[in-house]
Amino acid sequence: MSNELLNEFTFFVLAVFVGIEVISKVPTILHTPLMSGTNAIHGIILVGALVIAAGASSPINIVLGFLAVVLATTNVVGGFVVTDRMLEMFKGRQAAKTPEPAKTR
Amino acid sequence: MTLVYSLAYLLAAVLFILGLSQLSSPKTARNGNFTAAAGMVIALAATVPQLRFTTAGALIILVGVVIGASIGTVGARQVRMTAIPQMVALFNGVGGGAAALVAVAELLKFGPHPPFAEAFPSVFSIVIGSVSFAGSMVAFAKLQELMTGTPITYPGQQLVNGLIAAAIIGFVIAVLAIASIPFSFLSLMVLALILGVAFVMPIGGADMPVVISLLNAFTGLAVAASGFTLNNFALIVAGTLVGASGSLLTKLMSDAMGRSLGNVLFGAFGQVRAGAGVGAAPGKEGRTVRTASVEDLATLLAYSQRVIIVPGYGLAVAQAQHAVRELADLLEKRGVEVSYAIHPVAGRMPGHMNVLLAEANVPYEQLKEMDEINDQFKDADVVLVVGANDVVNPAARTSPGSPIYGMPILNADQAKNIVFMKRSMRPGFAGIDNDLMYEPKTIMLFGDAKDSLTKLVSAVKAA
Repeated sequence: MSNELLNEFTFFVLAVFVGIEVISKVPTILHTPLMSGTNAIHGIILVGALVIAAGASSPINIVLGFLAVVLATTNVVGGFVVTDRMLEMFKGRQAAKTPEPAKTR
Repeated sequence: MTLVYSLAYLLAAVLFILGLSQLSSPKTARNGNFTAAAGMVIALAATVPQLRFTTAGALIILVGVVIGASIGTVGARQVRMTAIPQMVALFNGVGGGAAALVAVAELLKFGPHPPFAEAFPSVFSIVIGSVSFAGSMVAFAKLQELMTGTPITYPGQQLVNGLIAAAIIGFVIAVLAIASIPFSFLSLMVLALILGVAFVMPIGGADMPVVISLLNAFTGLAVAASGFTLNNFALIVAGTLVGASGSLLTKLMSDAMGRSLGNVLFGAFGQVRAGAGVGAAPGKEGRTVRTASVEDLATLLAYSQRVIIVPGYGLAVAQAQHAVRELADLLEKRGVEVSYAIHPVAGRMPGHMNVLLAEANVPYEQLKEMDEINDQFKDADVVLVVGANDVVNPAARTSPGSPIYGMPILNADQAKNIVFMKRSMRPGFAGIDNDLMYEPKTIMLFGDAKDSLTKLVSAVKAA
């Protein structure tokens, strides 16, 4: 196993634990926005789509790159916008009211 | 210079993690989304200067980004709040598709004998990404009612799906161990697409949220795998975060329904099965339900001390969230204590009902989760069930033969009076009869939820 691969594998394993740890504290009422938010984050595949599209010259790569960029951009933009629309609704009246002690569970 | 880019990716990863943890509280959730979006912008900004563009490349990126951003913005802005689950499915699917395409393009670069360290994650990404894409599209179609929401099954279905999966694994081994001609990847993609469709077909509409969550985790893993191929730290970390958190969320969701994930995925739940419920109630034809006039109900509500509202998807479909809030406000003004009991799977997704009620400016202090409110039903004078059904069905506690047996339910049956607002006597999403409707203390109010609520509001005003 090369050094680089070993490093990457380390990141991967640590990220698994961080991912589980961060999510385990989310209350049920935020599960839908959370699903949508993580959905937007995996839109980072746009980085990969840009990499393959930028250097495209053969017809097959142009087609693949173009489709990948369209799909990934839809994922990123749509994901963040729709999550924001959901969360926008959580403000409103309770923001004006006296803040209650944070409801955990 | 590469150091700067690496640090930028690290910063992006940190922002993703911070964003997710901010999402864990209603107060900071919106900022959490912004934080994650900032991470995304940084990751993209660090990527662009590293690219060397061909003319064609620059052009397809420009056009592709414009098209994708338009679809994403318009789709996300126009969608009605009730249709959020299928929109999430759609955005998830396109992400999976993008991951698969990136992996194909990356592998084509390596020619017929790609090194294992590149080939393995690419092939993984192609398969998982394609399954996620196709599965998400089916989930979208089911929720959008472009196709039937009931499970589509046929004899030997699991065997056929198993064979498709086996064919994919065989193909993967051949590609990795022998050689990869360009089109072997496309065949792999096609097989995985078929598997994605076949995998979601037998799953009922009620279980779609769990499936979407699972496919969300799949896409995350596909993205992480692409990160290994591209040697990109940001992709690995972000993809893995989503993969891990999505898997946990999937488990939490099936737990909330009192069922194992295996049962959700392979149980063809909600199917009309012969013999189900035999020996339970003796034929519903013989049983009668009680109805009452809107005025009587208004009086009952207006002179109660504690009212608990149980909202369900029917409320969302009827767009009745504003009407229900109006009724609650009116009752509160009369000194009635009103709260909402939110079942974990009310609506179509955990938290979906909270979003819908928040849209109608229901203060979230009034929204009580199941564990919090279940002890309070016995003190409630009236439970108002609006467009919900399965989440208050006592069969989940009492009849082991029922498909929903074991699902935690709201103790609506313990209240002094139960008012059911429903369109008809039709069974709920899970397709089973609800004995609670035949209880002597239950009053049925038939009709469109919004209509009924509006009438109730004016009747309460007069009471």
